Amino acid sequence: MSTDPRTDPADTTDQGLALHHITVRFGGLLALDDVSLRITPGHIVGIIGPNGAGKTTLFNVICGFVTPQSGALSLDGKPFSPRPHHLNRRGIARTLQGVGQFGGMTVLENVLVGARSRKPEADAWEALERCGVAEHARALPGSLPYAKRKRVELARALAAKPRILMLDEPAGGLDADEIRWLADLIQDAKTTVLLVEHHMELVMSVCDEILVLDFGKPIALGTPAEIRTNDKVAEAYLGAAA
Amino acid sequence: MDRFLFLTFDGLSRGAVYAAFALALVLIWRATRIVNFAQGAMAVATAYVAYSVADATGSYWLGFIVALLAGLLLGAGVERVVMRFVDHSSPLNGVVVALGLVLIIQGVLGMIYGNEFRPATAPFSRDAFEIGGVALLSRYDLFVFAAVGAVVVLLTLLFTRTPTGLRMRAAAFAPDVSRLLGVPVGGMLTLGWALAAAVGSLAGMLVLPTELGLNPTAMDIVFISAFTAAVVGGLDSPIGSVLGGLIVGLLLSYISGYLGATVAPMAVLALLVVVLLSRPDGLFSRSSKARTA
Repeated sequence: MSTDPRTDPADTTDQGLALHHITVRFGGLLALDDVSLRITPGHIVGIIGPNGAGKTTLFNVICGFVTPQSGALSLDGKPFSPRPHHLNRRGIARTLQGVGQFGGMTVLENVLVGARSRKPEADAWEALERCGVAEHARALPGSLPYAKRKRVELARALAAKPRILMLDEPAGGLDADEIRWLADLIQDAKTTVLLVEHHMELVMSVCDEILVLDFGKPIALGTPAEIRTNDKVAEAYLGAAA
Repeated sequence: MDRFLFLTFDGLSRGAVYAAFALALVLIWRATRIVNFAQGAMAVATAYVAYSVADATGSYWLGFIVALLAGLLLGAGVERVVMRFVDHSSPLNGVVVALGLVLIIQGVLGMIYGNEFRPATAPFSRDAFEIGGVALLSRYDLFVFAAVGAVVVLLTLLFTRTPTGLRMRAAAFAPDVSRLLGVPVGGMLTLGWALAAAVGSLAGMLVLPTELGLNPTAMDIVFISAFTAAVVGGLDSPIGSVLGGLIVGLLLSYISGYLGATVAPMAVLALLVVVLLSRPDGLFSRSSKARTA
């Protein structure tokens, strides 16, 4: 994998976000083990793996919630030391596994917090319309069904007009129709998308490339077609018998 | 009936001050889950600064403005220098630190200004107008209503109509999520403490002329009434704190007027106990169980 330009840390010519030999330990647990990844601008990149593989830890490293013991990140070829409250202004938005909305604020107010341009109201309404929840703008998020709250979460991230959109298990708890809607939204996002997801059909249908982690170690990187036929991936998901 | 009307207006005027002070407590509670027991001492400290300025310049209003500015600075300073470093693993930690601040502030004020009462003058007459032969409100009461009303309106506009207010509310609801959305949570906390302390300073400037005067412990009794107001209204509810302030003001006025001033403090404590036992979230608070959905 070291000669692959998508993971080669020596290659600093490309624009976009790159992770270079990231290693994270929590006590004795190796959560990420020498993970390198170059995310091509405009691509939809899936990060998959069994439970505990390190997917969310990888997201937390990019967001600055977790500091790696070794390795580095770069953005547009320059060193990048992420801090959570700087992400937004660097054009990075993330949704959370739980819905994580501000319970005492209306849907519109929730989305407005994410909007950063000089016309936050317009951006917030545009994002609410795009996610099909504009009619609930004055409601409290807690009064909405779960699927609608997930849409509000997406709207809040989109209102920032991010250049990199990080989606942490956006399909969790959604039915088939909602997941089809989500797939269309991701493909029409016209931005770089990082997608952590267990729903394989969604990942395979929308991603340009997929990184597979197992016990924190990158075991495969490739197109959906390549990942489908990768023996190591099958083994990680199904056990040695596969 | 005349007496009842007089006591009602007197209670509303007094309650408006408690409302402002309770609002200051609620602002900090919502953002940090700390009851700022130092709010009263902080307000007295800024009142001393105000009256020093007023004495030196001869202008009450210059002192009044200085009190609010000093409140902003003191609130920001207390958050940045002390409260930011409180270990939040136990709610008692914040309480103990705040009580420590009370001792320090009152001690320093005593050393600088002495512990005897000094007069705190009012900018307007406290003699009540007579309407239909009934003494109802003084000019000072009207000033109190206008000042507290202006603060409530301004804070409401801040929190509902401005990006900064939205970010302050977001930071109070869910700091980590807010950070991800680009909200500088630390800065919002500092701003929240500054605003709360300024509102507390305003309440101090409004109430001190109606009490015995200026003294390092002058706001202790006021703090108990305002804290009761905040609990009655719900520590999570700004509107509740305003209503709670008016309720406590009316209660104190009626009890003082009909049963005697010595019974009033006990009535406030009794109200506090009853609300804590029956509606610990307050009479007007929405459930505080889910701060994020």
